[in-house]
Amino acid sequence: MTATLRQLAPAGPTASAVTVCDHCGTPLGDAVVAAGGGRFCCRGCAGAYGLIRDLGLGRYYDLRTELAEPARADGGDAADWSEFVETRPDGRCHAEFLVEGLHCAACLWLVEQALRAQPDIRLARLSATTRRLVLEWQGAAARVNDLAGIVQRLGYRCLPYTADSIEQAGQAEEKQLLRAMAVAGFAAANIMLLSVSVWSGTAGSMGPATRDLFHGISALIALPAVAYAGRPFFRSAWAVLRQGRTNMDVPISVGVLLATGVSLSELLRSGPHAYFDAAVMLLFFLLIGRYLDLRSRGFARRSAQRLLAFALRPVSVLAAGRVQQRPAHRVRPGDLVTVAAGERIAVDGVIRAGRSAVDASLISGETLPQAVQAGSQVFAGMVNLDAPLTVTTTAAGRGTLLGEIARLMEAAEQGRNAYVRLADRVARWYAPVVHLAALLSGLGWFFIGHASGHDAILIAAAVLIITCPCALALAVPVVQVVAASRLMRRGILLKSAAALERAAGVDTIVFDKTGTLTLGAPRLLDDGHDPALLRLAAGLALRSRHPLCQALAAACPAAAPAGAAEEIAGSGLRLATPEGEVRLGHARFAGVAAGPSDDCSELWLAVPDRRPLRLRFRDGLRADAVDTVALLRRQGYRLLLLSGDRPGAVAAAAESLGITEWEAQAGPVRKAAVIAGLKQEGRCVLMAGDGLNDAVALAAADASLSPSSGLDIAQNAADAVFQGGRLAAVPEFLRVARGNRRLVRQNLGFALLYNLLAVPLAVAGQVTPLIAAVAMSASSLVVVLNALRLGWGGSRTDGGV
Amino acid sequence: MDILLYLIPAALGLGLIGMLGFLWALRSGQFEDLDGAAQRVLFDDADAEARAGQARKGNRS
Repeated sequence: MTATLRQLAPAGPTASAVTVCDHCGTPLGDAVVAAGGGRFCCRGCAGAYGLIRDLGLGRYYDLRTELAEPARADGGDAADWSEFVETRPDGRCHAEFLVEGLHCAACLWLVEQALRAQPDIRLARLSATTRRLVLEWQGAAARVNDLAGIVQRLGYRCLPYTADSIEQAGQAEEKQLLRAMAVAGFAAANIMLLSVSVWSGTAGSMGPATRDLFHGISALIALPAVAYAGRPFFRSAWAVLRQGRTNMDVPISVGVLLATGVSLSELLRSGPHAYFDAAVMLLFFLLIGRYLDLRSRGFARRSAQRLLAFALRPVSVLAAGRVQQRPAHRVRPGDLVTVAAGERIAVDGVIRAGRSAVDASLISGETLPQAVQAGSQVFAGMVNLDAPLTVTTTAAGRGTLLGEIARLMEAAEQGRNAYVRLADRVARWYAPVVHLAALLSGLGWFFIGHASGHDAILIAAAVLIITCPCALALAVPVVQVVAASRLMRRGILLKSAAALERAAGVDTIVFDKTGTLTLGAPRLLDDGHDPALLRLAAGLALRSRHPLCQALAAACPAAAPAGAAEEIAGSGLRLATPEGEVRLGHARFAGVAAGPSDDCSELWLAVPDRRPLRLRFRDGLRADAVDTVALLRRQGYRLLLLSGDRPGAVAAAAESLGITEWEAQAGPVRKAAVIAGLKQEGRCVLMAGDGLNDAVALAAADASLSPSSGLDIAQNAADAVFQGGRLAAVPEFLRVARGNRRLVRQNLGFALLYNLLAVPLAVAGQVTPLIAAVAMSASSLVVVLNALRLGWGGSRTDGGV
Repeated sequence: MDILLYLIPAALGLGLIGMLGFLWALRSGQFEDLDGAAQRVLFDDADAEARAGQARKGNRS
């Protein structure tokens, strides 16, 4: 909702006649917090602004390209995070945080500068890629709370972060590959320098002594380089060979080792042909492919972890009269948990004290906020809207409804993991075939061609070198990286590269309604109200964070906040005017017995001496939902709508979108069952959904998409997350998936064709090191250039979408 | 062909410097935040000095 408000605000703090908050750009009325020469919408923003000025960092307001979010006045929670601090032997403390709410470069600058202004800080570095803040300071571990407090007062949320062992291993592997790539690249370039001299020299000018010298230097470079840069392949090949299986790394290792060995024996015999350049160049190309592959997978892993870290946010537990922050897994049934207004409930439980409304849309798909009071059951994942609640825990952590859904999801995902990727299917028969071919050609030359043992081995080695799956290994990862970056430019974050392959065959699309086809937030219906009254209502609504109030305020941007309005938790707002009291809230609060019942959310405005005004809200469709659905239908996809919402609302949405197959009140299990049924019919299903009730279905479908506004758990289950609220991401995702499959097939086909042409040459004994080098680099280049076409295609069609 | 005695070591040495430079950059974390690096270029004020001081301190320890 704040996003809507921000969009309505003018671009710069001083750019228009409407006064806006100097910090976050929210339009201001007469209720202004004035402090330190600025005007603000709330104390939080005033605090952030004051802090920024005090630190001499006012340039932030010039640097930024996006407006800040309103800073929270409560200044974060008084948690003690000193146990997350690692103290180094030299007395330095080290802590890492995940920072949420970064918008642009100015945020990086501001956070880093504000922290560096502290005298004891030694290192403050915030990564724009991983959103991770690394802090090092000299002094006590407990300083961490002050430092985190600074970041929170600036208006960002931050949580301590500890990298788990899997992630550390992944990063170590990535670095190791990069180092190997650097070594291989250096060696390949220098050996090629020497080899080119040898090749041009063999025409006449170079004597055998010089050639041997060059081969000797090549060997000096190549041997350590192969030993170092080849390790990732050797290790993986050895691991699968011991299990009696084979993978793509086996022919790679054999090819590289044979090429090096044969060249070494040629060197010792002063022979004319050394393949050092081929061996190292192979490694270099293969490492590029391997690195790209790892990066695309690592990116997916990192985004999933980021989401998980925020799902595991600490819970505020009331114990012995004090509020303590505890990790979710240490909350026990029976514990009292406090939930502030606007916060997501972290446990399943029964409300002990407080009246409020909760937004259950992410769990049930139900769009209307539910009123809750003492004794009502609430579930983890609901958002508390109005007033603080105290909840008696009945289940926490994996025992919650959320945990149950996570288990169902894992089970569903296991089915999907059975999918074997195209490249692996090729690799399965590739290795045995090329090894057999090399062996047969060696034996053939020895027994039938009556070649010497040495020549026969040389020819067998040439076959292996030329078939070394260089282009084959590059064929898939390069296409994937290009596809992922094209998707990223359109705001679609791909989490699993295999998903693109699975999505290429999709013929059926299942949509969730709330939050996917719709915005997931209510919008005021235009019932022809009196604009003056509407402005009055919006003025009151500006004082509240309730979703209906925010929708009302967004619908009426000209309104000025009503300064003296008072919010009564769970009921509404009231404003004392000379004519009497104006009230905005639910029907009873506004003095109406009960309104007409239809499928809309409602607010009532009661103005003295006038009939109470009923304001209706409905969850609006995304701006491009109708066009996108029409486009998908034209493209021949079978479309289904599965929602947990009430039949009336679902029918209305289905009708306006023209989707004929729909089902309402579908719970998580039902949704997954429908998808399983479709798959049984032989359909390939894409699921698009955002809620907890979609998570199982997202995991069960062949491919899945989730909007970035969705719940963490849905984003984790989905293969890709799209940002920006445009449903056009769905056809775009499918288009790129099909392009990805086409190019991967072309590339694999080309790589195999290359082998078909090159192998006979090698078998005939015609492959010299020069031919091997040219053939290998040419085939790799063709594969890479072909993959880039996917990216070019993207920029050509940029205009429309 | 005596020139080779200078040329080959010179070529290898230059290549080696490049590779060591890359390995150093990798070790000092310059490839960890490519998005941030692209944006940091735009901050051009006094804090550059502070950051240089930071880096010196970081290297000493």
